[in-house]
Amino acid sequence: MRVQDVLPPVLAARGLVKTYGRIVGLDGADFDLLPGEILAVIGDNGAGKSTLIKCLTGAERPDSGTLELAGERVEFRGPQDARAAGIETVYQSLAVAPALDIGTNIFLGRERRMKGLLGTVFRKLDINGMNRDAASKMDALGIGTLQNMSQSVDTLSGGQRQAVSVARAAAFAQKVIFLDEPTAALGVKESNSVLDLILRLRDNGLPVVLISHNMPQVFQVADRIHIQRLGKRVAVVTPQTHSMTDAVAIMTGAATLTAT
Amino acid sequence: MTAPHVQPRTASEEFAARQRHIGQRIQHFVHGHPWSSPLAILIVSVVLFSLLSPRFAAAGNLSLVTQQATVLAAVSAGQVLVLLSGGVDLSVGAVTVLTTFVVGKLAADVGVPGILALVAGLAAGAALGAVNGFLVAFFRLNPFIVTLGTLSIFTALVTLVSQGKVIDSTELGWPIMLTADSFQIAGFTVTVGMVVVALLYVVLGYVLRQTAWGRHVFAVGDDAEVARLLAIRVRRVRISVYVVAGVIMAIAGWVLIGRNGAVTPQTALAINLDSITAVVIGGTGLAGGRGSIVGAVLGSLVVTVFRNGLFLAGVPALYQDLSVGALIIVAVGLDMWIRKVRA
Repeated sequence: MRVQDVLPPVLAARGLVKTYGRIVGLDGADFDLLPGEILAVIGDNGAGKSTLIKCLTGAERPDSGTLELAGERVEFRGPQDARAAGIETVYQSLAVAPALDIGTNIFLGRERRMKGLLGTVFRKLDINGMNRDAASKMDALGIGTLQNMSQSVDTLSGGQRQAVSVARAAAFAQKVIFLDEPTAALGVKESNSVLDLILRLRDNGLPVVLISHNMPQVFQVADRIHIQRLGKRVAVVTPQTHSMTDAVAIMTGAATLTAT
Repeated sequence: MTAPHVQPRTASEEFAARQRHIGQRIQHFVHGHPWSSPLAILIVSVVLFSLLSPRFAAAGNLSLVTQQATVLAAVSAGQVLVLLSGGVDLSVGAVTVLTTFVVGKLAADVGVPGILALVAGLAAGAALGAVNGFLVAFFRLNPFIVTLGTLSIFTALVTLVSQGKVIDSTELGWPIMLTADSFQIAGFTVTVGMVVVALLYVVLGYVLRQTAWGRHVFAVGDDAEVARLLAIRVRRVRISVYVVAGVIMAIAGWVLIGRNGAVTPQTALAINLDSITAVVIGGTGLAGGRGSIVGAVLGSLVVTVFRNGLFLAGVPALYQDLSVGALIIVAVGLDMWIRKVRA
């Protein structure tokens, strides 16, 4: 038993239910993220991974169930609430606005104004300052080789767009960072950069939730693995106690978790 | 992070670095500089119409064209804002005329001081815009259908309020007629209306490029779902866009009063489609998030030059409408082609 097992979870959910008409996305799902860990969430298609993440990050409101952030009951009415609470998300759908430039995308929704009258009266944005910060953040994260922050995002490749998306979340996350399939659109080189980044974020004390289909990557970086099946959490395993084959068997229902 | 080491380029990076042929380069340039295509069209049409009619390039006529383009440019300022946010407003002309009657009736019939009548006009524009914005944002109705409906409603209101009567400039007085005043710069007549519209564009350009609200307008128009995920209040942005557009229509109404020297019920209804033509020629896409404010001015000039040039070349009015109709289809086609750009 490790120290973190006795600490209360950073983010916890109990009995989440989310339905879309007759389609059941979540059917009483639980979730626990412990301080300073990388928690992987795996599950087959339709297991409710995406719905779970959406409910945890405010993109969807669960029909029932409760959420606790650092032991306090919370309710997210929209992504802005989760964001204000320090939860950042990298969406699978590459949530970038292609017509806007990189700097604008990174600071979208939390723009910084100029100091003094220009900012307070004329609401002028500190565009140069934001672009400088965006560049140094991208640089510090070591993902992508983008220099010009006023370059429009639709001139970027899928991997570079993902880098923008990851940089944005990593730069602003205070409590938790969610990454939904962050390497799905990336090449080997870029994938490794993102995995390195995930490890570094964890080492800096930020808990990370990684949703992925890529079992080798999951077993490479995860501290614990949340297995989602038919809208519920069916097991939590670790790379030390279970093999990839075990995890896949639980995920597909071929095996159930025996008490450890 | 591991130590930096040189990696061979991936296939996608190879593709991004490929040579482009001339068509692709033009496509890319226009994509990056949306104002360039209306500028090219404007230059070509000015040269063409100067050759067709010697009267076209006369200082007097160019001054007239600019005056005619002023009202269209003012309305297009509102239209470009709405299009950038991913909407469309077919009721712009009706809103503009309706606000002129709010101003005119208050000043002429009720006896409200001119300056207060103008303020009431701005408030009316904001309220009419709010109707459009509320229907689009809260009921998620298609903006095309909403504004087609409000176009009919507002047009009927114009008829109802005006009783088909013109309110003459003598009944309006200063400062309502201020936009009709003019001065000469190098043989070129500059009206106060033009100055007002120029200032309007400077302010709009600043707000769109230099403030958070402006960035949010682009983001909502580009991809509303992305904007929502990034914690932008999409509904609030949409409503505010239509309200601001309504205020711009009221300013356009003030300029229109100056241009006509009166408040009249007929004019500016044709401006509904002309403003969309002008803005789309100006390089602003119908899909939202992409466009040019300067392009809207250039587009307004193009549409006006077309109408004026065809008239001077002796083309009947019917064919002028036909040409402007063809122009909007060409502009939309061009917009589709430019949006196909890939990295």
